[in-house]
Amino acid sequence: MYSVDNIVQREMRMTNGARSDSIVRGFALSSVFWLVVGLVVGLWLAAEMIYPTLNLVPWLAFGRLRVVHTNGLIYGFTLAGIFACSFYMLEKLTRTPLAFPGLAKVQLWLFNIAIALAALSLFAGMNTSKEYAELEWPLDIVVVVLWVMFAVNVMGTLVKRREKQMYVSLWFLIACVVTVAVVYILNNLAIPVSLTKSYSAYAGVNDANVQWWFGHNAVASVFTFPILAMFYYFLPKSTGLPIYSHRLSIIAFWSLVFGYLWTGAHHLMLTPVPEWIQTVALAFSMFLIAPSWASVINGFYTMNGNWDKMKSNCLVKFFLLGITFYGLQTVQGPTQAIRALSGFLHYTEYIPGHVHMGTMGWVTMIITASMYFMMAKISGREIHSVKLANLHFWLILVGQLLFTVTLWIAGIVQGAMWKATNPDGSLTYTFLDSVAAMYPFWTVRLVGGLLYFAGIAVFAYNLYMTSRPEPGMKSSAAAAAKAQAA
Amino acid sequence: MRFDSLYEKPVLFAFAAVAVISVGTLVTTFIPLFLPSTQPVSPLITPYTAVETEGRDIYIREGCNNCHTQTVRPLRTEVARYGDYSKPEESAWDRPFLWGSRRTGPDLARGGGKYPDAWHYRHMANPQAMFDKSNMPAYPWLAKAKLDTSLTARKVKILGYGYDEAEVSRQLAAFRQTVTASTYPSAQVRSQVTPAALRGEITELDAMVAYLQKLGRDLKAAQKPVAGPATAEAAESKNPYAGNRGAEEEGEKFFKENCRSCHGEKGAGGFGPKLATTARKYGGSDAELFASVAGGRPGGMPAFLSQLGKDRVWKVVAYIRHLERESR
Repeated sequence: MYSVDNIVQREMRMTNGARSDSIVRGFALSSVFWLVVGLVVGLWLAAEMIYPTLNLVPWLAFGRLRVVHTNGLIYGFTLAGIFACSFYMLEKLTRTPLAFPGLAKVQLWLFNIAIALAALSLFAGMNTSKEYAELEWPLDIVVVVLWVMFAVNVMGTLVKRREKQMYVSLWFLIACVVTVAVVYILNNLAIPVSLTKSYSAYAGVNDANVQWWFGHNAVASVFTFPILAMFYYFLPKSTGLPIYSHRLSIIAFWSLVFGYLWTGAHHLMLTPVPEWIQTVALAFSMFLIAPSWASVINGFYTMNGNWDKMKSNCLVKFFLLGITFYGLQTVQGPTQAIRALSGFLHYTEYIPGHVHMGTMGWVTMIITASMYFMMAKISGREIHSVKLANLHFWLILVGQLLFTVTLWIAGIVQGAMWKATNPDGSLTYTFLDSVAAMYPFWTVRLVGGLLYFAGIAVFAYNLYMTSRPEPGMKSSAAAAAKAQAA
Repeated sequence: MRFDSLYEKPVLFAFAAVAVISVGTLVTTFIPLFLPSTQPVSPLITPYTAVETEGRDIYIREGCNNCHTQTVRPLRTEVARYGDYSKPEESAWDRPFLWGSRRTGPDLARGGGKYPDAWHYRHMANPQAMFDKSNMPAYPWLAKAKLDTSLTARKVKILGYGYDEAEVSRQLAAFRQTVTASTYPSAQVRSQVTPAALRGEITELDAMVAYLQKLGRDLKAAQKPVAGPATAEAAESKNPYAGNRGAEEEGEKFFKENCRSCHGEKGAGGFGPKLATTARKYGGSDAELFASVAGGRPGGMPAFLSQLGKDRVWKVVAYIRHLERESR
C-alpha cells in the first residue's frame, strides 16, 4: 500500500517544471471566453421567458438559443476548463511533460474553431434535437477527433510518467476520457440526409432510452468525474492538507463509475420506456448517493481541525462550497427519480433549478477556483486581487442561490397547479394559469442570473490580470525568489 | 499481481474503467435495443406523410422540443388535461423521439385535431393576440418561407416510411392543392398570414401545421368514440344555473380563459362560430349546448368536460345564454 499523501507532498516540493503553460493558459482563457458567451445567451433566454417579443429573429428564438446556451457552456466552457486543468494536473501528478505538446496546441485551435462552428450551426437551426447531443454529424466527427487528441495526450503522458502511482485525480480523468467517448459516440450514431441533417440510428422508445443514458452520463463524465479530479487535486494544493482518506476515495471512485451508467432512465419516469428500466434507474439513483457523499465526506474531513484555512486562503471556500453543492445536488437528483416526486416535479421549473445548482454552484465554483490557482502558478504571481476573488465568490454564490431556490419554488407551484382539482375531479387551472403564475419567479431568476453574471465578469477580469506574465518574471521559481527576497 | 498495481498501470486501468461502465450500459441500454417492449409496432399508428415529415423537421430546426413535451404520463390530472397517456407504439416512426424534458408550453402529444388549422396559423403568427399572458415566441417567418422539398424523397426513404418518390410527389401536389384551394376551411386565416407571392405554394408553416395536426390522431381514430358521460348527462339535464346572474359572471371568466381565442370577444365569432346569436348548428337546448361544450364537436371544437367539470360547463352554458339574450 502506498501513501497518496506522498505523491501530493512530493509534487508540492517539486520545483516548477510545467512545460505546457501556454497550452493550459490557452484553454483556460478559451474556457472563460465561452463562459461569458454562454452566460450572455443564458441571460437573453431568461429575459425571453418574460418578454416573448425578444425572440426578434429566427436565430434568437428561444428554441434555437437554448441549445446554444447549453452546448456553449457544456462543450465551450466546461470542456475547455477540463482540458486546461487536466493538462496541468497531468504534468504535475506524473512529474512528466505532456507526451505530445504539439498535438495539444493543435487541439486548442481546433477546439475553438469547432465551438464557434457549433454555435453558428445551432443558431442556424442545424440540430438533431437530442439534448446536449444537438450537433449535426460533421461536427460530431470533429468532437470525436478532438477527444481522441485529448485521450492520446492523457494516456501517452500517463504511460511515460515518472511518478509510479496514479493519484485519485488521474483515475477520474481516465474515467472521464473513456466514458465520454463511449456515450458520445453511441448516442450520436445517425444516418445522414445531407451535410447538415441526419436522423437518429434509433427510433422512438429506444432513441429516448439511449439519449438519456447519454444525457445522464454526459453529466457524469463532464460535470462530475473531471470536476472531482480537480477537487481532489486543488483542495489539497490550496490548503496544504492531504486528502482525508485514500481508501474512501477508492470505494467512491469505483462505485460511482459503476453506478452512474444505470440511471439514465430516471429522466424518463412514467413515459412509455419499459417500467423495469425506469425502476432499475431509480434504484441505482438511490445507490449513487453513497459514493457521491463519500467524496463530500472526504472533502470535509480533509479540513477537519484546519478550518482556519478558509480565512487564510481565498480559494478554499470555493472548493468547500462547491463540494457542498455537489452533496446537495446528489441528494436532490435521486429524490427527483422517485416516481411520485417525478410525477409532481418533472417538466416543471424545478428541474432547471436542480441543474443550475450543479452547474452554477458545483462546476463553476471548482473550475474558477482551480483556474485562479493554476494561473497564479503559471504566471509566477499571486492572484491579482484577493478582494475581487472574494467579491466574485459572493456574487456567484448569492446569484446562484437566488436563481435555483426561486426555480425550485416555481416548480413546486407549477406542479401543484397542474395537479389541482375541484371536488368534482375537474382541473382547477388552465395551462395558461400556470404560465401566468411563473412571471414573478422568472423575474427573480433573471435578477439572480444578472448577479451571477456580474460575479463571472469580476472573475474574468481578475483571472486575466492574474494570467499576464509579470515583466521580468518568467516562472514561479522566479516568483519564489522574489517572495523570499521580500 | 497485487490489486494495487492497477493504480500503476494506466492502460489496464482504462480497460477496467470501460468494463465497469459497460455493465449498466449493457443491461439498461444495449440489451433493451433488441427487446420487443422497446420497439413495439402497431398497424394503428401510421408513418408521417411527406409534408408531415418536413413539418416535423421544422419543429426540430426551431427547437420546439425545448419547451413542449410530447408524452402524456399515466397520471389522472395529466390525462384529464391532455388526453390519453402516451403508448410506446406511437413513437415507432420517430427518429429522433421528441418527448422533450420541459413544459414551458403545454404537451402536444394529443394536440392533433384539437383545433382547426386556422387556429394554428393565427397562433404561430402571433400567440399573444390569442392569449395575452402566453410567452410563446411568434414564428412569422415560417409563413414567409417556401417549403424546401428537395430532400423529402430521400428523407422518407431513409426513415423507411414505405412509400416511394412518386408517392412523395403525389402527396406534395395533393397537399398543395388542398391548402391553396379557396374551399380550404382555413383559407381566410392562411392568406392573412401568408405573403401573396407564397399563397399558391406550400410554406414552412403549412408543413408545421400539418405535422401538429398529426400528433396523437392515429390513437384518437383507433379509440372508438365512447358515449361519454357528457351525452348521458345532457340527455336528462336542464341547466341548474339558468338565469343565475352570478353563475353567468363566473361562466364569463371560464369563457375568457378557454373559449374566447376561437369564438371571439363576447362570442362575436372567430375560427369558431359566433355564439352571441340564437342560430345554433348543433341545436340550442340546454342539453345540446352542454353536449357541445362538454363533448366537443367535429371540425375543431375540443371537449372540455374533463378539464372544466360538469359544474363549470353549466356555468359556461349560462354565459352563452346571456350572450344570446344580449344579441336579441
